[in-house]
Amino acid sequence: MDKRWTNRIALGVLWLCGITTVTILGAVILYVFVRGVGQITPEFIFTKPHGVNAEGGIGPTIIATMYVTGLSMLIVTPIAVLAAVYLAEYAVQGKLVDAIRFAADTLASVPSIVMGLFGFALFVEVMGLGFSVLSGALALSFLMLPIVMRATEEAIRAVPKYIRWGSYGLGASKWQTVSRIVLPSALPRILTGIILAMGRAVGETAVVIFTMGQAVYLPISPLDSGRSMTVHLYMLAMEGINMDAAYGTALLLMVMVLFFNLSARWLAARNRRLQG
Amino acid sequence: MNPSPPVSQLSTEPLTGNPRFSVRGLEFFYGDFHALTGITIDVRENSVTAFIGPSGCGKSTFLRCLNRMNDLIPGTRLEGTITLDGADIYGSGVDPVDLRRRVGMIFQQPNPFPMSIYDNVAFGPRLHGVTKRAELDEIVEKALVRANVWKEVKDIMGRGGLTLSGGQQQRLCIARVLAVQPDVLLMDEPCSAIDPTSVQKVEDLMAELKNSVTIIIVTHNMQQAARVSDETAFFLQEKQGEAAELIEFGRTAEIFTSPRDRRTEDYITGRFG
Repeated sequence: MDKRWTNRIALGVLWLCGITTVTILGAVILYVFVRGVGQITPEFIFTKPHGVNAEGGIGPTIIATMYVTGLSMLIVTPIAVLAAVYLAEYAVQGKLVDAIRFAADTLASVPSIVMGLFGFALFVEVMGLGFSVLSGALALSFLMLPIVMRATEEAIRAVPKYIRWGSYGLGASKWQTVSRIVLPSALPRILTGIILAMGRAVGETAVVIFTMGQAVYLPISPLDSGRSMTVHLYMLAMEGINMDAAYGTALLLMVMVLFFNLSARWLAARNRRLQG
Repeated sequence: MNPSPPVSQLSTEPLTGNPRFSVRGLEFFYGDFHALTGITIDVRENSVTAFIGPSGCGKSTFLRCLNRMNDLIPGTRLEGTITLDGADIYGSGVDPVDLRRRVGMIFQQPNPFPMSIYDNVAFGPRLHGVTKRAELDEIVEKALVRANVWKEVKDIMGRGGLTLSGGQQQRLCIARVLAVQPDVLLMDEPCSAIDPTSVQKVEDLMAELKNSVTIIIVTHNMQQAARVSDETAFFLQEKQGEAAELIEFGRTAEIFTSPRDRRTEDYITGRFG
């Protein structure tokens, strides 16, 4: 066959595969949008569900989702960032560091339902925290930890050595250099990692269903139980009691995750502009 | 460029200042690689010393021995002695952090910190405990004036250091080092990444600074070495994989007009490198 034709066919196949990816994403978003958009009213967003078929809104589930994600972020950030500083700046590169890195990567790929089960066993039962926002946040932090840690490590490594040398050249100690120069320089990329991890946590179902419970109350104390949007969606859909509310919830969930992803992208782009 | 006299009219009188750095029998290794051998040299106060030589001849490596910056690279090793004002800088009890405050360094790539112009210059003094605003203001202004960049930045002190042009950034970095009042300034090809106007300003400030700070500059530009330096050291790695040596060291005018070594002559007349 003619070279020009094989080239055209190859190009066509590649194009088709690319288009397929976009089409699948578009179809999911479009379907959920069409089914769910009619549901989105102030009442749906701000009031709580009532009645046998969960009519009304999903307000408490939105609060519970943001509560557990925010709390988890507060738990994870210091640990993940300090661990990454140790790995990138202090640890002697070798077997131990490789092992820590491998553990983090493996932790990131543990099925979330296993994480949920472990969180249930440890936090809900052994530590006696019960089904609560705190149990959920602790279990979710397992999920976020490797993401934030690896993002921070990459961010620290991306700080140019010239900038560190500048600091050492002024007589700064290692910790002064890390805390005053390296971490501030890496901050935008660290934030990007945190935001992406939060997006992941918002969409997580298996972990929170095991640890936070299903109560549709508005959680106030961290020891209150709560139902996340994903769990609410799961309940509505599994029991088939109110599919309209399920699609409305799904749409809001997607918007939230999209918001996290776009913020992360915006932050990364702004950072590229500032630092050239 | 500079209205400096031609090399042939420069003084060949020996320098009389006290030696600041005295290096004796220096050997330097990157792991198994023997990078420098048998380096013996005195760098005198109130002078500018230029290190010249082809790429890879170890002149930057040697420069980084002088403020122990090589300590930051794992697997490096050093033999011989280097004294600063008579004291061994590799002696036990010497903290490299203190040494680097006394022996400041400017890099080829301008490296302002991602913070304001003011904070860049105030960074060093703050590290070393200066907290009063008035005192800091004074140090910052003085350093920027000495670095020949004050006029350009005095009205935009709150702006990010990275928003300046490359040449301004380099002078900002010089101000940042001067703010901690070093005795010696090591400059590792400070002009190879900046615009000609800034090159001139950097060369001018070197001439003014050398009365208070001993300056050592690594440069690829032989005209620059001839323009700015009092003494010149020529380094050469004769064969790939061999340790580099100091071939010749003396008054700049002599090195450039009547070098004693054939290899120095070949290099400065552009036969290689």
